[in-house]
Parts: sequence; structure tokens; C-alpha cells
Amino acid sequence: MTDEALNKEHHPAIAVDGLRKAFGSQKVLKGISFEVAPGETVAVIGRSGGGKSVLLKLLIRLQMPDSGSIRIAGEEVTELNDKRLNEVRKRIGFLFQQGALYDSLTVHDNVGFPLSRHSTMPHEAQAKRVRELLSEVGMDEHREKLPSQLSGGMQKRVGLARALALDPEILLFDEPTAGLDPITAAEIGDLILRLKRKRQMSAIVVTHDVHGAKAYSDRMVLLDDGNIRAEGSFEDLQHSKDEFVCQFFGDGLR
Amino acid sequence: MHLAILVFATAIPDRLVGARRRSRSPKHVFVSVFEWFGDLGLFFVRLLRSALTPPYEFRELLRQCDDIGSKSLPLIALAGAATGVVMTLQTRESLARFGAKSFLPAVIVFSMVKENGPIITGLMVAGRVAAGIGAELGSMRVTEQIDAMEASAIDPFKFLVATRVFACLLMLPLLTLAADFCGIMMGWVANTLSEPISLHLFLDSGFKNMFFGDFLPPTFKTMVFGLIIGMVACFQGMRTEGGTEGVGRSATSSVVLASLFVVIADVVLVRLILTVWG
Repeated sequence: MTDEALNKEHHPAIAVDGLRKAFGSQKVLKGISFEVAPGETVAVIGRSGGGKSVLLKLLIRLQMPDSGSIRIAGEEVTELNDKRLNEVRKRIGFLFQQGALYDSLTVHDNVGFPLSRHSTMPHEAQAKRVRELLSEVGMDEHREKLPSQLSGGMQKRVGLARALALDPEILLFDEPTAGLDPITAAEIGDLILRLKRKRQMSAIVVTHDVHGAKAYSDRMVLLDDGNIRAEGSFEDLQHSKDEFVCQFFGDGLR
Repeated sequence: MHLAILVFATAIPDRLVGARRRSRSPKHVFVSVFEWFGDLGLFFVRLLRSALTPPYEFRELLRQCDDIGSKSLPLIALAGAATGVVMTLQTRESLARFGAKSFLPAVIVFSMVKENGPIITGLMVAGRVAAGIGAELGSMRVTEQIDAMEASAIDPFKFLVATRVFACLLMLPLLTLAADFCGIMMGWVANTLSEPISLHLFLDSGFKNMFFGDFLPPTFKTMVFGLIIGMVACFQGMRTEGGTEGVGRSATSSVVLASLFVVIADVVLVRLILTVWG
């Protein structure tokens, strides 16, 4: 059995322990701990400015935590050198809040960018792979457009195709439905659900959309004031007696 | 130069270090200035490390050379030509008073090649390119495009910074040649309009006493200008924060600092060249 297979078998996909992060005097995360099992999708919900996006960035070390441990498939991310960190990053796809597509590249080149840097596939095979990914998110017909010619929802679809380019084992979504109309938000939610069923990846979805998250998440983690206030399935949280949880899931109770 | 450093020192706290440090006490000003230079030094080390380890981004380097070199060419050519014309008109009048009009071609050629061509190129590129790089990287930073690159395990220093800095470094001497050429040619045109002289004679008397030692150091010193422009603009762009306002601040500070450091470097390099090559 390979090391990688062993890792998958014995370790959670993501394990966070005692994670702390502050910006100056503002403590954003105050020692949170949670785990994501292989193939599991966890929705992280909470108020705006509650450190949800920061948490995602800490997971792939776009920012360094002040203290605590982050393990991706058993590897301690906070202690990796640059080379090893990049190997871990290749196994993770990240969908940014605004898509973060490269302005100067077409849709096709945006999705092909990680492949062109990391894949040993010939050019034609890469182009074919890009078209497959774009078809998977329903954007193949727009492949020659620039990001500025796309709507917010379309940019997120392309961002998702790019996040999938290296066949990641873990996906991180930062507010995938924020700023979208309800119909487009539902389409993105369906897309996440489809990907989850098809690819069996582990995922963390940071979102405000509790009801959308109900469809695709196995578990929810509710952040409040830098701490985990509640954790469990949608139904568990819906029946919680905690006042804050009730406020958050208010619509769900009605 | 002292005035320039004072301007820089007083400008740095709120313009460059960010809105979060508003204190203008002398202690804070100096701490900010030293902090800025320290960060720039670390930035340079990281740039070298990224640039020197394979794989190399040759395609992006070529694209940047085109963007920085070819697209700056019309502006540099025009600036060089205008300088040649103005210099001819002004110098002709002055030399005539001393009965030294015959020295005009040599004055034009020597001043264009040794100083005017390089410094005009440096300052024009600092204006056009530094603003562009500062704004482009700044906007990529605030829209998380640079984070997206890192998240895809792609080193933004290799792809974005090294290619731009090396393109500046390589293109500046070539643009300087263009400025020199246009300045000298338009100097001849301006002179010929007042007092016809053949191009052959103009060039012959202009270059008669010029040696490679007069031509190479001033032309290649612009590589230092290129390094300064690329480094400062990329540094300011990569550390942008604060949304669109921050992007504007980065673009402005890139131009201001790149121009300032080009002028200061010119003073130092001219002294150095005179010491080494006499």
C-alpha cells in the first residue's frame, strides 16, 4: 500500500487543533478544533467578519496561524517547507469568493493555468482536459471570453473548474453563493452537490446560506466570536436550544 | 539628494506604509523608512531565489519584454527626439556666443549618449511602466488573484515579479539606444533647418572623439535603473492593501519612488563611472 493510501486510510482529510489567529488586537480565531473525514463535506457558517474566510486561508497557509495545528491528510501544514507545501496545495482546490480569475487570461487559459505549470500532459491533452472541466461546470461555450465579460455566477463556475484542474482530493469553497441571485445560487449549490457525488472529495464550504448548505453538506460548524459555537447535522443544529444557534437557524425553524 | 531623502522620509508613513500608521513623529518616520528598506531587501532575496530556481518563465518574460519594451518605444523615441531638438536649439544659440558652433554635433552626441538618453529613458519608463506594474499587481493582490496563484502551488514571485523585473532590466538599455538615436537624429534635423549640414558630416564630427568607454557604461547603467523600476513597482504592487484606494496608492507611490531612486542612482553611478573609466 502506498504512503498516500495509508495517509488516506488513517488520517482525517483535514484536522484542525487549537487554531488561533489575530490581526493586531482583533482576535479572529480563538483556538478552534475540528476534523473533516475523507469524502465528507462540512459547511462552516457564521456571521460576517467572523473569521470563516481567514480559516480557509490558514488551511493552505496563505496566512500563517499564530498557534495551533493544521493537518492535511496527516501532514502538518504549519511546518512544511515551500516545496512540500506546494505538493500539499496541489492536492487542494480553492474557490475564491469573487472567483479570483486572472484578468489577462481567457476562460480557457485560466482553467489551463495550473495544468500548464504542474501537468506533464502534452499540450493537446491539456486543452482537452480544460474543455472537459469547462463542460462539467457548463462553461465550455464561453471558453474564449475574458473574465470581465462574464457574470458573477459564471466567474464562480470558471473558478470552480480551475480549482478542479489538478484533480484535488480536497476542495475549499469561500462563499460560493455570495452575491448571486437565488436561481444562480441554487445552480452553484447543485453543482457542488453533483461534484460531491461524482468525485467523492472532502470539502469545506464557508457560507452564509444555511439552507443551500443543507443540500450538499454532511455536517455544519457554526463559528461565533472566534470559537465553534455548535457542530452537527442541519437537523441537530435546527433543534438546538442555544439562543445564537436558534437565531442563525431561525428561518429553518419556521 | 538630501532634499530627496527628506521628501521620501516624510512621505513614507502614510503614503507607503499604509493608513494604519498615521503617526508622523520623527521616531515613527525613521522606523517606517528602515522597515520599508528591510522589507525591500527581503523581497529582493525572495525574488533572486525564485528567479534562479527552475522552471523558468521564458514565455511570460517575453510577453513582459514586449509590454515594457515595444510598447514604451514610441514614448521613449518621442521624448528622445524632443530632447534632441530642444538641446540643439538651446545649445546652438549658446555656442554661437562663444564662436564654438562647430562643436554642436559633439555636444549633442556626447550629452545624449552620456546622460540625456539614459536619464530620460529611466524617468519615462519609471512613469509609464512603474505605474502600470504597481496598479496591475496591486489590483491582482486585492482581488485575490495572487492568492489564487499561490493556492495553485504557483510561485507568484517567479511568474509575476521576476519576469517583470528582468524585462525592465533587459529593456532599459535597448530603449536608451532608441532615445539616443532619435535625439541625435532630431538634433541633426533641427540643426539642418537653421544651417544645412550633411548627416554624414554631423555624425562624423559628433562621434569623432567618442570611444566605447564613453558609450557602454552610460548605456548599461540603465540596467540598474531597470532593476530599480521593476523592483520598486513590484514591491509596492505586491504589498497593496485597502481595495481600490490601495491600488491607486500603489500606482502613485511606485512612480514617485521609482523616479526618485532612478535620479539618486544616476548621481551615484555617474560618480562611479567617472572614477572607474575616468
